[in-house]
Amino acid sequence: MIWRATVRRLPAATDSGCPLSGLRSTLDNPRVAHIRFVPLAVALVIAWCGVVRADDAVTAFVGGRVIPVGRAEFPAGTVVIRGGRIVAVGPADSTPVPGDAKRIDTTGLVVMPGLVDTHSHVGGGQGGDGSGPVQPDVRILDSINVRDAGFRKCRAGGLTTLNIMPGSGHLASGQTVYVKLRRVDTIDELLYRDADGRPLGGLKMANGTNSQKEPPFPGTRGKSAALVRQKFVKALAYRDKLAQAAGDPDKRPDRDLELEALVDVLEKRKIVHHHCHRADDIMTVLRLRDEFGFDVVLHHVSEAWKVAGALAESGAACSVIVLDSPGGKIEAADFSLVNGAALEAAGVPCALHTDDPVTDSRLFLRTAGLAVRAGMSRDKAIESLTLAGARMLGLGERIGSLDVGKDADLIVLSGDPLSVKTRVLQTFVEGRKVFDRDDPEDRLFAVGGFGASRDQKAEPCCIGPALGGLK
Amino acid sequence: MSLDRSRAWSSLRAARMAAVVIVLAAPAVTAAEVLVVRGDVVHTMAGPRITDGVVVIEDGRISAVGSAATTPFPADAKLLRGAVVTPGLVDAHSVVGLAGHLNQPQDQDQLDTAEAIQPQLRALDAYNPQERLIEWLRGFGVTTIHTGHAPGALVSGQTMVVKLAGTTVEEAVLVPMAMVAVTLGDAARREGGDADAKSPGTRSKAVAMLRAELVKAQEYRRKRALADASKHPDKDLGLETMAGVLGGTVPLLVTADRAHDIASALRVAEEFGIRVVLDSAAEGYLLADRIKAAGVPVIVHPTMRRAGGGGETENLSFENAATLRAAGIPIALQSGYESYVPKTRVVLFEAGLASVYGLTFEQALAAVTIDAATIIGVADRVGSLAVGKDGDVAIYGGDPFEYTTHCTGVVIDGVVMSEEAR
Repeated sequence: MIWRATVRRLPAATDSGCPLSGLRSTLDNPRVAHIRFVPLAVALVIAWCGVVRADDAVTAFVGGRVIPVGRAEFPAGTVVIRGGRIVAVGPADSTPVPGDAKRIDTTGLVVMPGLVDTHSHVGGGQGGDGSGPVQPDVRILDSINVRDAGFRKCRAGGLTTLNIMPGSGHLASGQTVYVKLRRVDTIDELLYRDADGRPLGGLKMANGTNSQKEPPFPGTRGKSAALVRQKFVKALAYRDKLAQAAGDPDKRPDRDLELEALVDVLEKRKIVHHHCHRADDIMTVLRLRDEFGFDVVLHHVSEAWKVAGALAESGAACSVIVLDSPGGKIEAADFSLVNGAALEAAGVPCALHTDDPVTDSRLFLRTAGLAVRAGMSRDKAIESLTLAGARMLGLGERIGSLDVGKDADLIVLSGDPLSVKTRVLQTFVEGRKVFDRDDPEDRLFAVGGFGASRDQKAEPCCIGPALGGLK
Repeated sequence: MSLDRSRAWSSLRAARMAAVVIVLAAPAVTAAEVLVVRGDVVHTMAGPRITDGVVVIEDGRISAVGSAATTPFPADAKLLRGAVVTPGLVDAHSVVGLAGHLNQPQDQDQLDTAEAIQPQLRALDAYNPQERLIEWLRGFGVTTIHTGHAPGALVSGQTMVVKLAGTTVEEAVLVPMAMVAVTLGDAARREGGDADAKSPGTRSKAVAMLRAELVKAQEYRRKRALADASKHPDKDLGLETMAGVLGGTVPLLVTADRAHDIASALRVAEEFGIRVVLDSAAEGYLLADRIKAAGVPVIVHPTMRRAGGGGETENLSFENAATLRAAGIPIALQSGYESYVPKTRVVLFEAGLASVYGLTFEQALAAVTIDAATIIGVADRVGSLAVGKDGDVAIYGGDPFEYTTHCTGVVIDGVVMSEEAR
């Protein structure tokens, strides 16, 4: 299974408001390698306090159709958020709205969770280079441009969480990163983190033709699997040596970043996000998973419909792409829109993804519409845009549905989520509005036009008017 | 692909050409039969929509269109029913049939980059009517496509118009040479071992080369018309094609996305007095007044074409088609050219999105039916449901532009090609 419930929130998002004490304890933790420059960190914290205080305001979305995901809809419902979290969801006529709440009338509109994209390439990030086929040490977070206009387009499409991945041209192209689409200026502020403050993400792997090239890359599928197995065998030995050393620095092996990343995978601290198309490639991934015992999400899976039964038996989860036609590469020749329906019928957990730029993040809702066209149920299709994907990132306890205690990541739609006529009107992340279609600047990114792909201006949100003139 | 249906279609075609009725052993539909398509709503695109309407097709052609209550049709006619009936969709620009779904060298015949200028390349000689993407498009209601040589070379070759039926190109073709494909902008730049040595390497060089070719064709045309046949230049297939452009029989299909490349296309059109159809025109909305003044139609890029990445389409707008149409410019939509997955787009989907980004339902439907047919020069045959036109019909289970609506029937020349819900 891949569900993980152990993720804790950033100190800044705790219930206690200003996170100074929480962050201080984080700084004391020697395992936190990402905050070395303490004065800067303190400045950030001070800035952050202002943000958190602002988010302590209570907002209530009242009167619209509420799709909580995972349970029955409320034709006329209310969602109340406070401090960046959801504090109440229910029928409008029986869910109290606190007196100090800012009321947003959503009559005639639809409120649902922010969308979760399990497979995105937004931000121009890069993974491994041409030096070799297995580069699990490379982190995409070291290369993402958070000012890329793609992030604004994502918010315009109602996306609030992404798994940003390196490409599929390697057997292992690097570590992916899970980001929350706050409006911020550094990648560090976008990250989901674990209880120890480490950025959350998985490992991108691929098989099939994309990763086959001239040596040292594999030339065949057999060679591809052999190279991966060889590396995992090494990682197992490395892990054993670490265990035998039992913390004794004189006995432990020299640190090896590649093997460390693979040990994270073996210990299920990182999920493998595995690109694969053909049915036999899908089965190869499952075979390696069973040999080494890692958690895996199978991505794209053009031929999943051919092996839906085997997938169901395996217990693996699939993140499916929805395309306007088959082909474009040999492996996608038998792509079918029926994948979502076939996986649902077989009982395989199924999410959808954009693979942006392969499909446009602003049209992510559309992919669910096409999945329904090909036979998937409406409820499962909507779940596959939200909760199913959240679970595949190990974030199912925190996001993906409108439930009390979860992050206030939600979107307001003009109508049914599966209609071509529907527009994303507003997007909220942790209770803060990050997209508003009525804002002309936001509208540019939603609709396109001159300048809609340019890098964005900095948003020094936390420093206030002193730097406002630079915006 | 249903070979039986394709055979039936081919047979019908043969029957029509020979002006005789052939009775086949067991085809899906024979030419002698009457097909009636009945819809709760019929969008004829030749007048107001008809509630509970019928389209009667005899011998492959439409013989009557009107209200079911008042339009007579034989009681024993084969009947297809659906919620919404439209003309078979017309994709105003594609490369399907030349660019195969596998995307491997052996099925990619849409672009030869050996030379920058090759107007002599006929689409006819490369079209594969058995390509799987043809059935894919047809399943969503597309019955006619303007396809051929792709953008990517200064003059990449010819285009043609085909029906999505038939087992040979001869059976499928409506217009063997529709346009000559020209690309301006980055995609026309040639790269090689020594990039600087291959032309065009710059925008200005590309336009200079195009003008030089047109000047050469002018001279060729003048000399070929001389009374003294001994002074005629030898026949040159490329110049022959360009002479057709100068003579006004064939337009240039100029793919240009940046505003300054669009302006270059208009400048060349004016200089030589030639017909130009603009293709893609991502930044067309910046020059709507000039395009309108030039009287040039635009086959607008797929609404969902990829933007970003700093390329020439970075300023794409979902509202481009609506902006151009509002300026009074004739527009059509297209599936375009895709070099990776998905290997083709579907014009039904592109029109659907355009219909909620500024175009009305009727305008968006026109952009993939009658307006598209007009721009590619086949409006006398397809694009609307009117008496005398080809019996090409698409049937939908509801609003054709909704993501969750199925196409439930496709008819070409009166032959039912598909009744599978797609």
